Amino acid sequence: MTDFANGAISRREMLGAMVAAGLTGTALPFQGSVQPDVLSRKVPSSGELLPVIGLGSWITFNVGDDRAARASCAQVIRAFIDGGGRVIDSSPMYGSSQSVIGEAIASLPGDQLVFAADKVWTSRKDGRSQIEESRRLWRVQRLDLVQVHNLLGWEEHLPMLFALKRAGRIRYVGISTSEGRRHADVEQLMRQYPIDFVQLTYNAADREVENRFLPLAADRGIAVIVNRPFRQGALVDAASRRPLPVWAHEIDCTSWAQLLLKYIVSHPAVTTVIPATTSVAHVRENLAAGRGRMPDERQRERIAAAVQSL
Amino acid sequence: MDEWLSYRLSDLILFSPQAYFRMFAQYHERIAPLQVVLLSSAIAIPVLMRRSPARAERMIAAILAAWWLWVAIAFHLGRYATINWGARYFAILFMVQSVLLAWYSMRHRHEQPLPNHSGATLLFVLACAAPVASLIAGRDWNQVELIGATPDPTAIATLAFALSSARARWVLALIPVLWCAIGGATLWALDSAEAWVPWLAGIVAVALLFTPRRAPA
Repeated sequence: MTDFANGAISRREMLGAMVAAGLTGTALPFQGSVQPDVLSRKVPSSGELLPVIGLGSWITFNVGDDRAARASCAQVIRAFIDGGGRVIDSSPMYGSSQSVIGEAIASLPGDQLVFAADKVWTSRKDGRSQIEESRRLWRVQRLDLVQVHNLLGWEEHLPMLFALKRAGRIRYVGISTSEGRRHADVEQLMRQYPIDFVQLTYNAADREVENRFLPLAADRGIAVIVNRPFRQGALVDAASRRPLPVWAHEIDCTSWAQLLLKYIVSHPAVTTVIPATTSVAHVRENLAAGRGRMPDERQRERIAAAVQSL
Repeated sequence: MDEWLSYRLSDLILFSPQAYFRMFAQYHERIAPLQVVLLSSAIAIPVLMRRSPARAERMIAAILAAWWLWVAIAFHLGRYATINWGARYFAILFMVQSVLLAWYSMRHRHEQPLPNHSGATLLFVLACAAPVASLIAGRDWNQVELIGATPDPTAIATLAFALSSARARWVLALIPVLWCAIGGATLWALDSAEAWVPWLAGIVAVALLFTPRRAPA
């Protein structure tokens, strides 16, 4: 297995290793889940295994106190956990999403199944009270990962998060961005701070991070969470007007969504992708992208070309 | 600055169209049957203008002040804030407008009938017809905009009043125009054609506010 945490590795070498492995270089069965066939990746800083398909909550779980909608979201979360998913990502920015997630996971047999990835999002100097409020809404003993949302106030928040990690109040520290914003700052922080996770936008249409951040994350031993895998549904909407390519079955894909997800998780530097959905059927479809054969480099280019032509 | 320019309108919307419109349904369910009172107060406006023209301006301003306060508390803080943290700031905006209208109602001594203003009449009719626009745009019957109860038609009706008022027209119109821009932008980001209702009302109001009024004959 390629150890991305030690020593520099180029994109060519990384993808070469992936091709040589046949599947993904770092893909491993997830241990500790009810679904042993779900592919997983190691968090470089700890060696902890996480399934490659996670669950986002941007927009989808912000339903206020609408009981019916909250129950529907809970079904999605339950289906996600039942299907072998583990990483759920949210933020104080996302309205009622945290409390919706908390309500859903409180009804599960045990909250240890969930990897709680949240964010600190405040311009106040001390984000501790917000993190504590987030933990309370999640109804977990501690958040696993806290990321600085869109780098807002990172100068104050990062030292505070490292202190919380040292005190055992959180397990991992990260930063997040989306759609290419503040990439110069992201790069600087990835180089200068011992962060565990970076969250950024990556998909078959937005590939800038392939050359810049994914090799850097591999080099620095930083786990990567990928957001906006479908460009907020726009890629799936555009793709669904065309038939699924006949070669999709070669990598066990039965939908465009799975092709798009497999493109992302087949990159060995990616730890988890977090598609958001309000549909149980879609969450199952997404989870299926974490199983079966993964595209090699040639097949990845094929997917990218198909998406570019949409 | 460059970072802010990179945001699209849809990036600033934190909820889905379903969550937004279901929020209206929940709101109407919770305030029922108060809609009848609010609609009655809307019907009272043309009645006041006809039967009690000398006092109509002050009374209409008082009715509008009550609507803005109601929308601030019941709609923005009570409902909208459950899906949009920005709603608390909208509530402040609506409270400020309520205070302005209440001030106008109490301080204004101009006891002349409100002049006939075709633009104001048009906007008032548009505000009253808001439920029809909602239905045409595809909302369910229990999710519609309603004058006095929800922000957009309340702002449009207030623009109608500001156009007719004797003084402080711009002061009274500023927040309603701003809200027409915000309300329309929200609907636009949610892919609703209904966005054109507040936008059109705001554009018409601003154009008419810039148009000099004819001196009374």
